[in-house]
Amino acid sequence: MTRLFHSLTALAVLILTSFAASLPAQAQPLRLQITEGVIEPMPFAMPAFVPENSGGGQYADRLARVVAANLTNTGLFREVPPQAHIGRITSFDAGVNYADWRAVNVQALITGAVSVQGNRMTVKFRLFDVLTGQQVGQGLQFAGTTDSWRRMAHKVSDAVYSRITGEGGYFDSRVVFISESGPRTSRTRRLAIMDQDGENVQFLTDGRAMVIGPRISLSGERILYTTYETGTPRLALMNTQTGQRQLVGDIPGAQVFSPRFSPDGGSLVFSAARGGNTDLYRMQLSSGQIQQLTSSPSIATGPSFSPDGRFIAFESDRSGTSQIYVMPASGGEARRISFGQGRYNTPVWSPRGDLIAFTKQNAGRFHIGVMRTDGSEERLLTASFLDESPTWAPNGRVIMFTREAQGGDPSLFSVDITGRNLRRIPTPGPASDPSWGPLLQ
Amino acid sequence: MTLTSKALLLLAGIALAACNNPRGGGSFGGGGADGFGGANDGFFDGGITTGNLGDPNDPRSVAHFQQRIGDRVFFTVDSSSLTAEGRATLEAQARWLNANPQFSIVMEGHADERGTRDYNIALGERRANAAMQYLIGQGVSANRMRVVSYGKDRPVEACAAQRCWDINRRAVTAIAGVTG
Repeated sequence: MTRLFHSLTALAVLILTSFAASLPAQAQPLRLQITEGVIEPMPFAMPAFVPENSGGGQYADRLARVVAANLTNTGLFREVPPQAHIGRITSFDAGVNYADWRAVNVQALITGAVSVQGNRMTVKFRLFDVLTGQQVGQGLQFAGTTDSWRRMAHKVSDAVYSRITGEGGYFDSRVVFISESGPRTSRTRRLAIMDQDGENVQFLTDGRAMVIGPRISLSGERILYTTYETGTPRLALMNTQTGQRQLVGDIPGAQVFSPRFSPDGGSLVFSAARGGNTDLYRMQLSSGQIQQLTSSPSIATGPSFSPDGRFIAFESDRSGTSQIYVMPASGGEARRISFGQGRYNTPVWSPRGDLIAFTKQNAGRFHIGVMRTDGSEERLLTASFLDESPTWAPNGRVIMFTREAQGGDPSLFSVDITGRNLRRIPTPGPASDPSWGPLLQ
Repeated sequence: MTLTSKALLLLAGIALAACNNPRGGGSFGGGGADGFGGANDGFFDGGITTGNLGDPNDPRSVAHFQQRIGDRVFFTVDSSSLTAEGRATLEAQARWLNANPQFSIVMEGHADERGTRDYNIALGERRANAAMQYLIGQGVSANRMRVVSYGKDRPVEACAAQRCWDINRRAVTAIAGVTG
């Protein structure tokens, strides 16, 4: 297997100091409060990047289009398209004529420049608040290889998004998922990884063995998934950098599934089913030592660590129907936190630690929802014939999940934690079980 | 049993062939876990294999087990309790298995699509275990049997309707191969 992540090892960030004037954070008027939910998207302009040499020309427009698509897809921004622009950016360092941009109702102006030497590429950008006539923050420069040009556009997008919303970005990140093909009664399922916008899909397994439920580590370098390659479900651990792969967490005579990494990556928690009973286990990856965390005559599955590693949320039907529980990460007494109507499954702790996302079944419909970690303030974000398997964007503000229309194929969707901006993520065919990786370095 | 059909007859042949296929042997439990019982998944689709379909009129044939006795039992929503009909089927299966001790068994557990993936694997295991325990109670040795749960991911028929969900909530006694 080839290296999965483009060689951005040399991707360097340089702060452009020539334009220094940045406003103090509390005085920035160019601001969106995304937790409130944005009704009116902020209009922005993203003219083509200025090519600073002949090699940069072929990337000038493509970089701008990726940045514009990222921002538009958040639902928080609305592009004023290039054909409406009056102002022209012909030099990256020339002053901005704000009146030209005010005239077409732009609030945020992004300018960029690109140069290419051989396979090396340098990308620069600046962000301007058109209404106040100020640059927002300092200019930034990224350097890397030309085959990582999309990643550089994502880095620009993340910086713009962060400066305006005050939240972390999520565009330069990847998503592991299951790519499905063939008839549903004999489906081929392949482990795959893609950029968060559906680009650069790579297949990591060949489809011979059924695979389900991948989980990417917080470092983004390792993937856990469930494989039927030996005939019964087992856990596989794959290193995306080296391509190395091993089966882990064997419990004799059991079906082993539903794995998840601890936040430090040093251990994993998973379900093992045998004798009609499904319990949670934790395994230290360095020693292989396995500890049983639950022993209840019921189903315990879908474990997920809190970001500080101290607790595990999971689902159990010990009360008669599936509900969400929280217990210490070393096992012990579990506290039920879900009490609404219906069944609760697949709890996933937000990377910010503030919320738990879940799947809920009620009255024949499926929902993705969020609640606080004590179970309060439950909010349903979606409703459909079948929604499941939520996963958090690295900034904890967007959730991706699997949606299956009645009689249709599964595909991946995302939704903001406000419940707004429901979007389908393009994939090459049916897709399920997304796991959103970290913001790349 | 009415659900069995030409397709199952064909699967029986494929599965029997798989038992003789070295690629399907060894730790894969004879390949039967994936080749039998309508859960054919095309893992081993490289070549054309030829096998004896078996004569369902021969009471010692696998075809008889699958078509006349019935190789599967069904469950109600979110339940792993055996129905009276299911117990009768398993009793007949046990008689055949006790008379044909050379066969090993993979007990497949399945769920319908109206649930989350991991929960359905757990539920499928519960169902397979319930059927297996009943066979053990009827004198079938536990050493001949192993369980595999496919959750909701190997429907025998795919449609977003009650008719399909009812036949997908099942435990299938798959004849996995000749032991010893």
